[in-house]
Amino acid sequence: MQIPVSLKNKVAIVGVGESDIGKLPHMTGLGLNAQAAKRAIEDAGLKPSDIDGLITAYSFTEPYFMLGAVMCEYLGIRPHFNASMTVGGSTPAIMLKHAAEAIAAGQVETVLVCAGENRATGQTRDAALNALLAVGHPYYERPYGGSIPGYYAMIANRYMHEYRTTREQMAAVAVNTRAHALRHPNAHMKKPITLQDVLDAKPVADPLGLLDCCLISDAGGAFIVTSAERAKDLKSSPVYLQGIGEFHTHEHIMCAPSLTEFGAAESGRIAFEMAGVGPQDIDVAELYDCFSIVPIIELEELGFAERGAGGAFFAEGHAAIGGRLPINTHGGMLSHAHAGAVGGLLGIVEAVRQLRGGLGTRQVADAERALVHNEGGILSSHCTVILARNLG
Amino acid sequence: MSVALPAPVVNADSAYYWAAAAAERLVIRKCMHCGQLHFMPRYLCPHCWSTDLEWVEISGRGRVYSFTVMRRPADPAFSDLAPYVVALIDLDEGPRMMAGVVGEDALGVAIGDPVTVIFEPRGGEAKVPQFKRVAR
Repeated sequence: MQIPVSLKNKVAIVGVGESDIGKLPHMTGLGLNAQAAKRAIEDAGLKPSDIDGLITAYSFTEPYFMLGAVMCEYLGIRPHFNASMTVGGSTPAIMLKHAAEAIAAGQVETVLVCAGENRATGQTRDAALNALLAVGHPYYERPYGGSIPGYYAMIANRYMHEYRTTREQMAAVAVNTRAHALRHPNAHMKKPITLQDVLDAKPVADPLGLLDCCLISDAGGAFIVTSAERAKDLKSSPVYLQGIGEFHTHEHIMCAPSLTEFGAAESGRIAFEMAGVGPQDIDVAELYDCFSIVPIIELEELGFAERGAGGAFFAEGHAAIGGRLPINTHGGMLSHAHAGAVGGLLGIVEAVRQLRGGLGTRQVADAERALVHNEGGILSSHCTVILARNLG
Repeated sequence: MSVALPAPVVNADSAYYWAAAAAERLVIRKCMHCGQLHFMPRYLCPHCWSTDLEWVEISGRGRVYSFTVMRRPADPAFSDLAPYVVALIDLDEGPRMMAGVVGEDALGVAIGDPVTVIFEPRGGEAKVPQFKRVAR
């Protein structure tokens, strides 16, 4: 695919916010969105009236019709540009892309992107299960009793079969991510874990155990996108969008073209081409980690490691803060937070913070360029984002 | 108290498939324009968009492309069955489908294992295709 119009250097993220995270029975999903949005707008040094566009995701716990308009109503804003998007876990990066496209086209200047759900406390166990079961194909998959962890476990098994990725390497992803979460004051998980803890955790769907699976949190996240021109006048340090690409290959696992090659390679190729950089130019990466196998696959698809070498990259410590390519520096969805579309959104928030600097023990030294990868479904929908501290 | 396993859901695309399964026949769609087979039945051929499609009965034989042993099912209807196997089956005719691998030796399943279809009763007249391991 040709890139018709480059979005490089056109827009910047000028404000980021995350809500309180954990089990928060006093907060609604909309409230979590609002808390994150308030923090993002204050971070940007803007007023709510400066927002002329809003994009939000979907909600399992508060499934309003027209969630985007509901969000605007709740926040008391009346924008000229509004939508709610449902592309699973890849939604946040794709929301950024839509915001950037609209701003670059001159249709809108400042867009609030937000997501939030009270998945930990806002629904009964049955409601939660039913919503998650809906991810399986209602006609040809649900009769067999699979689950989201089960489908990702099938990917893990096939990947282990073809590329000799090991159970221990997957466990190393969970351990690395938890170690990072301990350096983040707002992370859901506060206790260290060992490789043995991951291997001994309650089995969910072979080869995945409980600590190979993402959290279920109450959480919200938000960021503000504006034109690169407007960003110059704001109090916060802008982080510029350099490259972004998406690619969609299937939705249900039974229709996946392969369980060993996915759409991240293509979304990544577009993002790198747009940015005019390669994997060697990236200082920090926030990779979607709903299950421990997933960042290993993404690392390889995005060209940071050869096929089959992603597991060793984690096991040998290269993904740690201070390593060759620090990955999921906030603790990812395995240890920081996960609530629907929020998990991937907080990867974008973290990338912006790393590029601004000043994160103490969590800071990746001299981080100038970050990559974020979001995926949705069963590695079905992909969006890769490259952000930089300076205009490239 | 256990909950009944989910019966097949029938809609306009899937009605013939499930009716055939109830009669212990495994059928998939063949495009009469480009000749390709596909599993998930739909209005048009996903390869060439022709609407000239026919149902064909297939052998019911295939190999395990991947699988998982479900230890903690999400669907409470399956809780009493755990551990059990959910797999992706590459049919000998080409297309891939999801199904369980069942039988006494199911938990010993491996990628590449040859399997053959059986039909499991699922409430009323309905049956769902499942697979069991076979020697080949």
